This record gives sequence, structure tokens and C-alpha cells, in this order.
Amino acid sequence: MNSSQLMALMPILMLSMTAAVLMIQASIKRDQGLAWWITGLGFLLSLWGAGYARDFSQPVTMLLVVDDWGLFFTTLILVASLVTLILSKDTFSPEGERKEEYYLLLVLSVMGAVILIQSSHMASLLLGMELMGVALYAMIAFPEKGELPLEAAIKYLVLSACASAMLLFGFALIYAATGDLSYAGMGAKAAVAFSQEPVVLMAGSAMVLAGLGFKLSVVPFHMWTPDVYQGAPTPVTGFLATVSKGAVFVALTRFYLEGQLYQYDSLIMALSLVAVASMLVGNWLALRQENIKRLLAYSSIAHFGYLLIVLIALSIADNLGANNLIGQAITFYLTAYIVTTLAAFTVVANLAGEDDSKAMLGAFEGLFWRNPVQASALTVAMLSFAGIPLTAGFIGKFYLITLSIQSQLWILLTALVLGSAIAIYYYLRIIFAMSKTPGTMLKKQPAAAFGAQEIVAGLLLLLVLALGSWPQPFIDFAGAL
Amino acid sequence: MVMVNLILILLLGGVIAMLSERAGENMPRRVALVVILVDFAYLLSELSGMPSLTQLQAPMPDDPGTWLMHFKAQWIPAFGISIELALDGVSLLMVLLTLVLGAIAVSASWTDILVKQGFFEANLLWTLAGVLGVFMALDLFLFFLFWEVMLIPMYFMIAIWGHENRGYAAMKFFIFTQASGLLMLVATLALVGVNHSAAGQWSFSYFDLLNTSMTEQTAQWLMLGFFIAFVVKLPAFPFHTWLPDAHTQAPTAGSVILAGILLKTGAYGLIRFAVPLFPDAALDFSWAAMALGAAGVVYGAVLAFSQTDFKRLVAYSSVSHMGFVLLGVYAWNELALQGAVMQMVAHGFSTAALFMIAGSLQERLHTRDMREMGGLWQQMPRMGAVAMFFVVASLGLPGLGNFVAEFLVLLGLFQVNPWLTAVAALGLITGAIYSLILMQRSFQGEPNPKLEGHLLVDFAGREMLTMAVMMIALIVLGLYPQPVLDMAQPVLQSLLELTSVEMMP
Repeated sequence: MNSSQLMALMPILMLSMTAAVLMIQASIKRDQGLAWWITGLGFLLSLWGAGYARDFSQPVTMLLVVDDWGLFFTTLILVASLVTLILSKDTFSPEGERKEEYYLLLVLSVMGAVILIQSSHMASLLLGMELMGVALYAMIAFPEKGELPLEAAIKYLVLSACASAMLLFGFALIYAATGDLSYAGMGAKAAVAFSQEPVVLMAGSAMVLAGLGFKLSVVPFHMWTPDVYQGAPTPVTGFLATVSKGAVFVALTRFYLEGQLYQYDSLIMALSLVAVASMLVGNWLALRQENIKRLLAYSSIAHFGYLLIVLIALSIADNLGANNLIGQAITFYLTAYIVTTLAAFTVVANLAGEDDSKAMLGAFEGLFWRNPVQASALTVAMLSFAGIPLTAGFIGKFYLITLSIQSQLWILLTALVLGSAIAIYYYLRIIFAMSKTPGTMLKKQPAAAFGAQEIVAGLLLLLVLALGSWPQPFIDFAGAL
Repeated sequence: MVMVNLILILLLGGVIAMLSERAGENMPRRVALVVILVDFAYLLSELSGMPSLTQLQAPMPDDPGTWLMHFKAQWIPAFGISIELALDGVSLLMVLLTLVLGAIAVSASWTDILVKQGFFEANLLWTLAGVLGVFMALDLFLFFLFWEVMLIPMYFMIAIWGHENRGYAAMKFFIFTQASGLLMLVATLALVGVNHSAAGQWSFSYFDLLNTSMTEQTAQWLMLGFFIAFVVKLPAFPFHTWLPDAHTQAPTAGSVILAGILLKTGAYGLIRFAVPLFPDAALDFSWAAMALGAAGVVYGAVLAFSQTDFKRLVAYSSVSHMGFVLLGVYAWNELALQGAVMQMVAHGFSTAALFMIAGSLQERLHTRDMREMGGLWQQMPRMGAVAMFFVVASLGLPGLGNFVAEFLVLLGLFQVNPWLTAVAALGLITGAIYSLILMQRSFQGEPNPKLEGHLLVDFAGREMLTMAVMMIALIVLGLYPQPVLDMAQPVLQSLLELTSVEMMP
């Protein structure tokens, strides 16, 4: 490893340094306010590192690959982590002492996500996923007094363990068939291996996809999602929905693309089934949810169902020369999803805090008149999820529909349209609840305090609108990645 | 730029109206009225330099320069999406109708809206901005954007200020139009995709997409996507079920906008996009569309007849009247198309007025149930006379706009399909029945004893002025429809030529 390779790892180095500083700080003086600032500074430095590393794009050892695409998502999840950090401050500070470990866990989890994004080898894939996951278990269970967080953490732990086991078994089978653990090596040797040992290779790939599917919570691996979303502290839920899922999807894309899994009809078939099931089941189950965190859980299931269309389109569009469109579609949709989800969770974290009863839809009634900034942010987030024009989510959906038309994926397209039509109902329910004017609201309400969370919510609101109404700069940027 | 300004004035006006609430409870509606009038005056002043409206040249579909106004600016070049707006005779008519009815809607909200007036007027102005966009956009992406975006403020108007069952109605309205809009989006993208693989570049421009060649089957499917989106909005039987709920539950100003303007976007879409983009497929499909139209005429009239709710009756009568528009569009000859355009304008005024009367009654009686009314003419003679005028207008009395419209449609339709003409003509008879029943139950007969104790104030200056505007409009349309026909004629002529060329092999 030479120095230029070390420079390429700048974001990871910065995160490691932050983790080390946090541990040293904890051994000298326990102060959670200080830990918060150190973490924030660490994230900012890592953001700088992600920009700095762009000049050193290259494969680093056989485990990691640093490229512009990965660095963009590194930047994105670092921003999401910063938002999580800001939200965490208010959530955890009132509870008193011994909370600075939370920040350490957060930093470690982000580091796992960055490794996951940059992985080019099954070992680093597992490493990143475990680092991210293990830290997340503890983050979910952090409010040690509540029952829901503990239940959520146990569920997530057990199911993640299953997922990891499947992943490992899948790796073993792939290794048995191809004799290689790097994505590219596997892709190169897969064609020969497929002619000799088709079952072993297919079973291995399917198990890896299933393991990643657990983390993405696509149907039928979605059982844990609503409970964990509901039970986890709200900032952690936001983190799980954006950083964890985003990083896993990037890793999945790399594995799928470089492992050349798109050539196999049986895998495409399985992926199509998963995608259709996720779109329909996710949207269907979201209809009757009264808890907004559970509702967002089901909605995220549907969104990853939509996103899978892109991977399936690869199998066909590959020979259409529409590759650039596919890359743009993934980048745009994932970015739109992450930004929109962050906006939604910023508002939910601020309003509901850790009180589960305040996450019920009823608690959002009349929000428009109490706190217009937050209500607007949540409204725009919901419209973006629903794919209404002028929001980021619409351009994302625009890409998906264009792709599925170009690739003639009519069944998936039908599921997408059907799912979106169902989804309008539950997104509108939230907006409707916020716009209600209960009798008591008619009087002048005291203006809500204008704090950091309103600023974050407002900025994310503007970002969602900007991506949706003037997408050209970002399309150019995504096309160049 | 004029067209962009027209939209911007309304958008910014909405923001000002919302903020002006701080200056006083009554400020927002005044601001809203001023904004709409300014917009209107601005349009008229820009038009004054143009050739006389009655001598327009036919806008060529392949030459934007022949249009009354044309504006194009890059927006998302990666997909060939631009901000392309254009105005010809038909869209100008619709824009004028929108602004006039917009001002009338503000007047209707004058005493009706008591809470959050600022946000209400803002939503009203934003809806108008979206509708203007729909009538002027010639980029299919932009058209879809306006099509969807105008729903959101309308949704808020129903959901926040609506009547007892507003949540359900607002949700139903939004889901129906949004879900059908998705079909249009898919059809648009597929059309653009076909054009992309043929021409090698992305374009959403109407002018580029007009002559896209595709297989008959593809054209059929894509045409259906557009057709469903537009007839849901129109609404045509059997996609009309959202309309009675939305109209009944919306506040008066919302009903005025919904019935007067929003329904017309569906008809406009059919004339501008659904038929010209897929002329052959539309021709093959025309019998089905006309059958739906005739079914709507009769079905709407029969259901209107059995309603007891004043607003619901008017809502179902809209279904019946819009059936004529569907018939006129798919008969696709000059007479019938003229009738359809005429119907769009005349129905806008007559229904808006009836909804305003319904709103005034509800304000005074706190009910829309006609069984609780009766003999209102005696206490409120002015309102009774006004109601009588619009009721006979709506049933198609010769001399008023609606008669001209329906007569033209039937005349044009007769050349194409005499049998359906006979069925549709039934609508005129049933129309007379339900309209007169509406009048009898509410204004005539013995005064209902339940009404004692209600303060029955007759129409005053503001209301009479608003009504007078619509009355004059209907009388002019009925007695001297030529200017409107002249405005629409060249456009319809060029559309007919366009599609007839297409139909030649």
C-alpha cells in the first residue's frame, strides 16, 4: 500500500481517528456535550476527506475500491449521519449521564457503512455489514429503560444474525464454485462455473442476495422492519432507514454488477418476484398503520421494491446501451429516497421524540397551524414519497418508469403504478391529519421555538424541492460518476 | 414571457395573500381579487397588440411561430424537457374563462370562509396558476407537472374548508385524479420513448411528438392512457364517482373552481392531446368514447333527478353536461368541436352560478337538503330570479349559451352517428326535468315551516354583481356566439386538418 492509496482511504481514516479520539476523551473526562462536538467535527472532517479522496480514485488492496460513485454515496451518508447527530442531541441529552458511548457507536456504524459502500470483495462486504450492524444493535437498544427498544434490538439482532449466516454460506458456495471471493474475480469465472456447477453458483448467489435483502427489508425478508422502526429511538430509525439501507443497496449494486449476476434468468426471476412482492405488500400493509414510524417502515419496503427494478433492468437494458440511464437512475432514486426519508424523520424525531404515543397519526393533527415549517417539511416529504411533480421523488420515479418502459418490464411497471396508486392514500392520510383544524386550534397558538431542528427540516425541504424542480445539475453530476 | 408572468403573478399573489392575513382578517380576499384582476388586465393589455381575435390565422402544429404566443426555454436538457408554453384561440378562451371564474370564486369565498382565510386564498390562486399552466403547456412533461400540481391546493381547499365529510371526499378526489394521472405519465414516457428510439433524441415537445409513427397497437394503448386520465377529470361515466363527493363537500369557491375550470382541463386535454397525438387510434376508439359520452348524458341526468342534496344534484348535472363535451370531441368534426368548446365555456358559467346559489343557501339555511327548503322565492325574490335564470340556462333554453353548445354538438354528432344523437337528445328532456325539480323544491311551493327562525337575507350588491357577470356572459354567448366560435375555429380547423392528413395512409 502506497501513500496515494492511503489518501484514497481518507474518509475511513478520519472516521477511525474520530472513534479513537472519542475513546480517549471518555477515559479522561466524561462529557457528552464534548463528545457531541467531537463527533460532529469528525463527520465534517470525513466529509472533507471524501472530497479530498476524489483525486486518488483507485482500487485499494483487493478489498476496497475508491471511485467517484462510492465517494458520492460516502458524502451522502455522512450528511445523513450529521443530521442524525443533530437529531440525537435533543433526544438523548435529557436522559442524563453516560450517553457518550452512543456517539462512539454512531461513528463506528458510519465507518461500517463507508466500508460497505467501497467494498469490492466479499470479506470487506461482511466486515462492513457487521461493523455497521453490531453498532446499530446497541444504538437501537440505547434507551435502556424502555421495553420497545429492547424488543426491537433483539429482533434486529436475531434476524441480522440469520442474514449474516446466509450471507456467509452464500460466500462459501460461491467460493466453492468459482474459487474467488472478489466480485470481479467471481464475475470473470462465473460463466465457466455456471456451466459446471450451476446449482451451487445459483444457490450461493441467491443466499447472498437474501442476506442483503434482509438488511434492505424487501419482501419476504421484511418481518423485522415495522417493529424495529417503531422501537428504535427515532434518530436511530432515521439512521437505519437512510445510512444502513443506502449503504447496503450500494454494496448490493456493486456485487450484482461486478459479479455479473444479471446474466442469470433464474436470479432475475427471483429478483422480479421480490420486487413485485415488496411494492405490493409494502404499500398494502402501510394502509392501515396508525403509527407514523411503522407507516414509514412499510413505505420503505415498497421503495426498495421500486428500486430493484433498476437491477432487473440491467439484464435487458445492458444490450440497449442504456447503461448510463441505469447508473443515473440508481444514484438519483437513492439520493431522493435518502433526502426525503431524512426530512420525514427529522420532523418525526422532533415531534414524537421517544414517546411512542406521540408517533401516532392523531398526534400530528393540526400541525400546520402549530408548526408550519415542520408540517411543510413532512408534507413535501410525503409528496416526494408519493412521486408528485416538483419533488425529488418524482424525478426518481420518472427514471424508474422510463427504464421499465425502455426495458419493456411491463409486469414490474404495472406493480409500480399499482403500488404508487395505493401509496397515495396513506401519504395523504398524514397530510390530512396535519391539516385538520380541531376546535382548540382556532385560537392563536404560541409560535413554536425556532431551533436547529427547524433549520435542518427547512434545509431538507428545500433540497427535496430543488432536486425535483431543477434536477439538471444533479443529473449531469450523476451522469459523470 | 407573458405566459410565464401570468402564472408567476398568481403564484406570488398567493404568497402575498397568505402573508396579508397578518394585516387583517379581510385582507387576503381583497388581495386575491386584486391579483386576479391584475392578471386579467395584464393578459388583455398584452393581447391588445395582437391581430383581432376574430381573425386569427390557423396555428400550424409544425410551426410555433404561427401561434398567438409561444415561449420556450430549456429546463432539463438531459431529457429534452423544456418550459414550453403557447397560446392559441382555444387555450386563450380557457385562460380567459379561468381568470373570470377565478375572480368569481374569490367573490364566492367572501363570506363563506371564516378560518385561515390567507391560506385559503393562497390555495385558490395556486390552483388557478396550475390550471393556467395546464391550458398553456405544450411540453408534455410540463403539462403533466401542472396537471398534478394543481391538485394539491385543490386537495387542501376541500380537506380543510370542506363540509362534514371532507376527508373522504378530498381523498377520493386526489386518488382518482392522481392514479389516472400516473397512467398518463406512463403513456407520455412510452410515447417519448418511441419517439426517442425513432428520432434518436429525447423530446417532450408537443410539436416533436405530434407525428410520431408507431404501430397501431402501441398507439391504442398509449391513447388509452391519456384518455383515462382525461375522462376521469372530465368526468365521464363510469369514472365520475369522485365528482359528486368532491363537489358536495368542497367549499363554495372550491366547487366553483372544480366545476367551472378543473373539469375543463380534461376536455381540453382530449382536444389538444388525446386525439391529435393518436389520430388513428382515436378514430378507432371514437365509437366507444361517444357511447361513454351518451351514457354519461343520460346517466348523469337520471341520477341528478333522484338527488335531494342541492349541490349533489348540480354535480350530477355536470356529469350529464360533460357527456356532451365528450360526444362533441369524439364526433371530431367542426360543428361538434365548436359545440364542445362552447359547452366548456357556457357550462363553466352556469354551473359556477348554481354552486354559488347552493353555497348562499347553505350559508343561510345551514343545509343543502332540498326537503328542508321550499318557497324561498317569497323571502328572497332576487335570489329566486337569479336561480331561475341559471336553471333554465342549464336546461338549455334557446337564447342562452348552453343551448348553442348542446345544439351544435347534436348537429355535428348527427352527421357521424344518428342513433347516439337520439340518445344524447334525451339528455335535453331529462335535463329539463331535473332542473325544474331543483327550482320547484327549493324556491317554489309553500314555505317550509322548518325555515322559520332562519335569517333569510336576499342577495345583496356583491352577490348580484357576481351573478350579473355570469348572466351577461351567458346571454352574450347565447345571442351572439360568433366571436367565441371565431376564436376557436382556426384552431379546430388546423387540428382537423392535422388528423385527416394523418389518417391518409
